[in-house]
Amino acid sequence: MALKGNLRDFTVSQLLNLINLAQKTGTLIVDGQNVAIQVAFREGKLAYARVGEEDNSLATILYRAKKLSAAQHKIIRERAGHMSDKELGLLLINANYISQQDILVSLQNHFIAVLNRLFTLVEGLFRFESDLLPPGDKITVRINLENIIIEGTRRMREVEQLQDEIPSLDMALKFTDRPGANLRNLNLSVEEWRVVSYINPKNSMRQIARATKLNDVEIRRIAYSLLQAGLVDIVRPEGVRPVQLPSRQAVQKGTPEEQKSLINRLISRIRSL
Amino acid sequence: MQTVKMVVTGPFNAGKTEFIRSVSEIDVVSTERKISSVAERVKETTTVAMDFGRITVDDDLVLYLFGTPGQKRFDFMWEILSEGMLGFVVMVDSTRPETFREARSILETFRAYAPTPYVVAANKQDKDDAWDSEDMRIALRLDSNVKLLPCVAIDKENVKSVLLELLYSILAEMDLGEA
Repeated sequence: MALKGNLRDFTVSQLLNLINLAQKTGTLIVDGQNVAIQVAFREGKLAYARVGEEDNSLATILYRAKKLSAAQHKIIRERAGHMSDKELGLLLINANYISQQDILVSLQNHFIAVLNRLFTLVEGLFRFESDLLPPGDKITVRINLENIIIEGTRRMREVEQLQDEIPSLDMALKFTDRPGANLRNLNLSVEEWRVVSYINPKNSMRQIARATKLNDVEIRRIAYSLLQAGLVDIVRPEGVRPVQLPSRQAVQKGTPEEQKSLINRLISRIRSL
Repeated sequence: MQTVKMVVTGPFNAGKTEFIRSVSEIDVVSTERKISSVAERVKETTTVAMDFGRITVDDDLVLYLFGTPGQKRFDFMWEILSEGMLGFVVMVDSTRPETFREARSILETFRAYAPTPYVVAANKQDKDDAWDSEDMRIALRLDSNVKLLPCVAIDKENVKSVLLELLYSILAEMDLGEA
């Protein structure tokens, strides 16, 4: 039977648990709202992962892992762009640029990071293709899924909690008028400062996330920490009128005077109860 | 005959049914069911669809009070109930700080459904372990202009005050709209 469905009904941790217990070999393909993720497994173990069309060449993964400098990365891309990952890996090891262990650890961390992104998806179509294996020129790994499932489930809980706290990213943030709050004395990360620089009732959190290149979870996490510190409040963005469907408008019939009269009648009645 | 409605919402066991029962002129049409979950068994029954109370104003006008189910798994009902409401009351159990976060989330959700005026009722203020309402304001992250009203839902006068405050807010918003 085809293993396919929607993450809304079958969560990532349930899927990984199934793949792990059934020791499945193949590729899980997930089409989320804004991202497509492919994760390959061999006998129930993580072998390879990639996000959409993002650059996942070995050179870029090693550069992101700070195993290659920007200059080295640039030279490799220019001169060895035609080489497969396996060939490049061998070349780098033989040239004593890097150890085999460094390559494996960097790849493992990259694949786990992709899987962790998968955990942030709460909705998206998925299918498991048993016949689909990683491209032959890619270096694969073998990582047990148990720890990833446990860590991912923790992240899912955090995501759920953040979504409860900040249900909509279409709302804006504004600094509180609380006296004594001084931003200069705060120890904020670079990302937090970048978000702070965009805080304005005119900017929705979604716009801030786009401007600062943060994903939904990251912007929620930062907004939540600023909220918890009492530095900001959530407000409706300035100039954006709430969507008002006609049927939602309770006292819409009649003139303003008639509407006020209706409320005054309600007040009189409740007072007399 | 014109009918208008207000919604009483809040987390599980916040006192929504009691609140409506205190002022409704009819027996509250309740959709309570026995609680199956051990974790939620702090009371015998819970509302699964809605509570429904009525206050007749005059021959031409009736106010309906709708209480929402408090458990999150019934939140699909919230949007339906919020349609066309004049305003809403968020009931919060002052003795259960573990529900404050959920109360805040319910408040945000209802504001997203319909940007109508609302008040927050800090219920069970007669209990020894009730949180002070100003502490609750901070915990619930309520702006100073949001009305947070100490309340005992089984006390009719208290309930009347909460409803009146909500109506005053609706009137004030109408005045603002005209200005």
